[in-house]
Order: sequence, then structure tokens, then C-alpha cells
Amino acid sequence: MSETNQEFEPRIVAFVCNWCTYAGADLAGTSRLKYATNVKIVRFPCTGRIDFMLLLKAFEEGADGIIVSGCHPNDCHYTSGNFHARRRWTVFRGLLDFMGIDVRRIHFTWVSAAEGAKWADIVNETVADIRALGPYDEYKSIASNFEKEAAK
Amino acid sequence: MEQWLGSLIKSGKRVVAPVKHDDIVDFAVISSPAQVADDYVQTRLSAKQYVFPKAEVLFSYKKDGKDVTIDDVNTDEFPETVLWKLHPCDVAGLEPLGAIFNWDYKDSLYNARRAKTTLVTFACAASDEYCFCASVGGGPGNTDGSDVQVTMLPDGDALVELISDKGKALLTDDIKGETSSADGIDKEKFIAKVEKKFTVDEIIKKLEGSFSSPIWQEQSDRCLGCGACAYVCPTCACFDIQEDSHLHGGRRVRSWDSCGFSLFTLHTGGYNPRTTQSARWRQRVLHKFSYMPERLHVTGCTGCGRCSRACPVDMNLVEHLTEIASHE
Amino acid sequence: MSKLSEKAAALLSEGTVGLVIGYEQGTHGTRPKFCRKAEDAATLILNDKCLNNIGGYLTKPELIGSGKVAVTATLAVMRTVVQLTAEHQLTDGNVIVLALDGDEVLQMASIDEIKKWLAAHPEDLSDENKALLSKLKALSREERWNFWINEMNKCIKCYACRASCPLCYCNRCIVEVNCPQWIKPWAAPLSNMEWQINRVMHMAGRCVGCGACDRACPVHIPLRLLTISMAGDIKEAFGVASGTGNIDGNVLSSFKPDDKENFIH
Repeated sequence: MSETNQEFEPRIVAFVCNWCTYAGADLAGTSRLKYATNVKIVRFPCTGRIDFMLLLKAFEEGADGIIVSGCHPNDCHYTSGNFHARRRWTVFRGLLDFMGIDVRRIHFTWVSAAEGAKWADIVNETVADIRALGPYDEYKSIASNFEKEAAK
Repeated sequence: MEQWLGSLIKSGKRVVAPVKHDDIVDFAVISSPAQVADDYVQTRLSAKQYVFPKAEVLFSYKKDGKDVTIDDVNTDEFPETVLWKLHPCDVAGLEPLGAIFNWDYKDSLYNARRAKTTLVTFACAASDEYCFCASVGGGPGNTDGSDVQVTMLPDGDALVELISDKGKALLTDDIKGETSSADGIDKEKFIAKVEKKFTVDEIIKKLEGSFSSPIWQEQSDRCLGCGACAYVCPTCACFDIQEDSHLHGGRRVRSWDSCGFSLFTLHTGGYNPRTTQSARWRQRVLHKFSYMPERLHVTGCTGCGRCSRACPVDMNLVEHLTEIASHE
Repeated sequence: MSKLSEKAAALLSEGTVGLVIGYEQGTHGTRPKFCRKAEDAATLILNDKCLNNIGGYLTKPELIGSGKVAVTATLAVMRTVVQLTAEHQLTDGNVIVLALDGDEVLQMASIDEIKKWLAAHPEDLSDENKALLSKLKALSREERWNFWINEMNKCIKCYACRASCPLCYCNRCIVEVNCPQWIKPWAAPLSNMEWQINRVMHMAGRCVGCGACDRACPVHIPLRLLTISMAGDIKEAFGVASGTGNIDGNVLSSFKPDDKENFIH
């Protein structure tokens, strides 16, 4: 990769809950807050709906970093979706780390509908962190091809 | 031999040989003769992946608006390959594979890979209780299908039989001077002995009319329904075809499949003709010892014993075939 | 005839059970044995060489039918029966567990009895597994990545890990879900890794630690390390021991409002 880290623009995918973070991001927009443009937001009904495979697929398709964001504990629109999600991420992070997948590239946050400024900060921090880590070529390199392996 | 292998590697051909990693020996591409494993009986996987890869692209496509371009696989890019230190049973496995891939349809990818492959077998120096090649028409010194067969002699010399033109072409100039006539050498003295436990004709005869026999369930109660036996087998050729589609293009992929899986025969409409593991086990045995001999005139088993070595629950094929041979 | 064989034969001839699943000497080591008639039970054995987890057969209706079944049980099989019952895959009382206490045959007909026995016979991780685990955890992240990618490269997607696992009883596995095709069905490093991540995640809090997946793997991928590591994480984070038939629900289908969340900002 010829890009240096200064030129490297991270590709970030954010998986967010419709009831809080998505509205928070909206608020950041209507408040005219300026923040990094590297994020593609994917809206979900609840963090409980965010299958861990979605995160792996994002890395496979070229994401360098991921944000997962939902409602603060006790604020879930469906009472307990975020509590279930929290357990899932705890287990998932441990497993990924054990397998050598870079969990520093996945940022988990709680952002409410009122926290437009927090959302802008989270995005800026994530972009800065991922910029420092560089592109996630390690993951992409195994995602690209398999016939080379067979021919090697 | 090392010198010869070294010059084959230098010639730019892809050379594949058994390599030991951790506790198992498997075929791998080598870059030095020193990598070749010694003192083992059988590789864990067969060599079939070099003519029938575990996953391969059939074609790929790109989408640009309404335009779609399709790219066929360029078979010219397949590397010239020498499979070094195969056992005679590895080569025996290519006959049924070739028959399957040229039965009703000539499979260009299989045939292109096969045409670019030269087979160097080593007569087996050792066998174990899983081996039963002699029972299915093979043997540890069988030369059928090999391009070259090597028999290692106790003094470090090797008896080299150049069987085909492809094999003769493999003899590089630098070692032609090292050769001498092999008259009077009896290679049988230097190779493993494999006992004959049954004959294929016996099995084929017993299997006639066995379709409803209770033996299938008795034998397969413990079968877990994994694909280990099929995937290590040198003759199993069942495959799945899948799409790998993305926004701007994709590819169609062929990959190994196994008749032992419960969903292997599941129809789109929901009907599954083989609902029990015993029906799937019966299919496995009948396919190899009944359908293939009948339709392709070849036995679907080489007696390599890999399925029995790999099975987590000791589904031992020799034991089961012997049982079938003695079944009333 | 051993006492175990006699007991199994008696259960079959009395008609208490229609099937006894146990172990017999195979061609290489022990293997599962299905006894449907009293005389089948003559070859039954039960010792520390019986490594297959035969508890997995208990969820297969084609083998079990609808009657009562007896299973000769190692500790791993007992844990399996307890966990499967907690997951409503077995009906308490429908499975008779036969175990050995020295020479004596114990017959356990209820989960409470099995749980008591398990509590009195705790099984710790082997020293070998502990050493391997701490060796891997001491590596840098990059080294762990290289280690697992090298292992995943070997995978041929035969699904012996799934088939041998007594807790993998789904009729349709996630790898066979193809609308969309979540996990690519062919063997390649990424799809192999995705498959293992899915398999292991689905074992969260449920794995009984029998090691069947690992022993079944024909290419010797050390799969047990994944579930052992995860079980350790779960114990640390939620205080729940994996595969002990937690009746409050599985780890990932339950929660506490004050679960730790030190990684969430």
C-alpha cells in the first residue's frame, strides 16, 4: 500500500440503534457540528439486532474500523436489547482477541438521542485511532482470494 | 534422488510432495528436497486437491450498470505440476476421479489440471493395518497410472521405472549420467506387504440386492454424519456450486461436498430422499462398490485407508467390507 | 460379563429401556456402541479411554425413537446430559445414566443425582491445555493471528467439529443458511475462520468442555483452545461456569443490569 498514514483515510462502518445513536447523529447534523466524514452509518432497530457476523462482513468488505453504538443501559426501547448486546460483545471481543483479530478497531459506545456532541467526538476519536493503526490489510489479505492458496 | 528432485524444483515446475508439519504429513508445495517427509505410512489428505481443489473458481463476472462481463478461468495459468512421492494408491484414485469428471460432461478444469500433472510414485516402504490396497486390485508396488515409479533400495540407491513419455521427460540431463541398468533387481523384496482381505468381485456380488439389508443401520448407528471420510478420500468427487456475489461482481465457486451430510440430498421443495444416516452410509458404500463399477467400470476405492484413519468414531471400512463380504 | 454389561442387559431385557448407548473396543481404541438387545451389551466397557462424547446421540430422534434410553457415562457425557436437559432437548427422567464407582454400577435417573455426582468429581483443565492456553495468550496479537490463520488454512470444512459436538443439535446450521449466505461454504482461510467464530460463539456458556470437536478434527486444528478460552472469559465476566446446565438461561440469552462494560465508552 503506497498510502502513508497521513494520507490514509480510514473507512469506518457504524452499526447503530435507531432509537438513540441514529437520532444522536441526526442531532449532530442539525446542530451543524463538524466531524470526520469517514463514517458510513447503518441503522438497526436495536443493538440486540446487530449480529456479530455483520462486523466480520464489514472487515471483509474493506472496513478499517467499526463503531457499534446503542442506548445507554436501562434506556433500551425494547427494555433489554442493549443488555443482551453487551453480553454478546463481551464474549465476542474476547474470542476475537484470542484469535488475533484487532479489537482496537471496534469501538463500542452508548450514545443517546440527546448526545449529538458525544457522537461527533466518538467519530473523531475513532477516525484518529484507526488512522494511527493504518489500513486493516491483514484482514483483507485473507478475504481476497483462495485459489492462490491452492496454487501456491 | 535429492539431486534429481532439486533440479525438478529449479526447472520452475510446481513440485508437490509429502511434508511433515506438527504431527501430520500432508502434501504441500516444496521449495527444497529437504522438506520431503520420511518415515510415515500415509498422508492425512489425499493428493486429489491438486487436480480437484477444495475450492476453485469456475468463472467470475463484473457488473457495470447493465453491462455484465464474464471471465472464464484461464487454464493456461495452471502450473505444470510434479506430484512427488505419491503412493500407488494415490495414483489409483485419479482413475475414478477422471472417469467421473469425463462421464457425461468433460470437465475442462479437471482435465486441464490433470494434463499438466506428472505423477512420481514411490513404492510403499511401509504399510499399516488400515491399508487394504491389495483387496481392491492395487498393491504397494503397483505401477498402473504412474509416470515414474521409484523403489528405494537398502543401499541408498533407487530403482527408477520410467513408465510413460511424461515420466521419461522428467529425467533431467544432469542425472542421466547417474543411472545404470536395473536388470536383476527384484523390487518386491524392498516393498511393504499388504494382505488381501477380500476381493472386489466378492463385495460387488454381495451388494447386489443388499439395498434393504439391516446391515446398513447396524454399521452406521455411530456414524456422526461429518464429511471427514469424503474429504480425505482420493476418489470422492462430490461437489457443491455456490455464488460469491458482491455489489460490482462475483464468481461462481465449486467446492467439496459430502454425501454424508444430512442436507446433501435436500430438495428445494423440502423433500429429502435420504433422511437417515444409514441411508447415507449405504449410499457411500454402494457408490464406491456398486454404482461406480457398474457405470464407470472402475472401483471407487483405492484401499488407502484414509477414511478409517480420519473417522472420529472408528467407522472402519475394512471391518465393514469384510462384514459385508461374509454377510449371508 | 462385567457388572456394567449385566446392568445394561438387565435394563434391556426388562424393557426399562429400548436402547443402551455405550462404548466398546473398536479397531483402534474405543468407539460408541449401540445395544438394542440384551446380548449386544456383552462387549460394553467404560474407562478413561472412552473419549467419544456419546451424549450427542441422545438428541437424534432417528436413533433414539420415543422410548427411554440408557447411556453409560463419563463425566463429559454427564455434563452433556445436564446441559441438554437445561436446554429442553432431553426430558429429565427419560435418560438413565450408568456410571462406574470403582467396580459398582451407579444408575442415575435424575438430573439432580447427576449434578451431585459432578459436583463431587470436578474436572480441571489438563496441565497441557493450561500451558498451551497461557502460551497463546502470552503471544502478541499479530503472532496469535498468524497462528490461527495457519491453523485455519488447514481446515477442509468437513464439519467433523460440528458433527461430533453434542451441543450442536440444530437441524439447520447457520452455515447452511444461504439467504443470505452468511458464511461461505467452501474451505478458505477467511470462511474457515468465520465458521469457527460462529461455531464457538454458539457454544458460549454451553460448551461442556469434552474436547470432541478437537479430537474429531482430521487435520488436528486445536479447536478446544477456542472454547476453553471463551469459557474462561465467561467465567471471569459473568461468573458462570460453562456447560453446567444453568437453569437461569444461557449466558447470551440472559443478562444482569450491572454486567461489566469496561470496553464501552
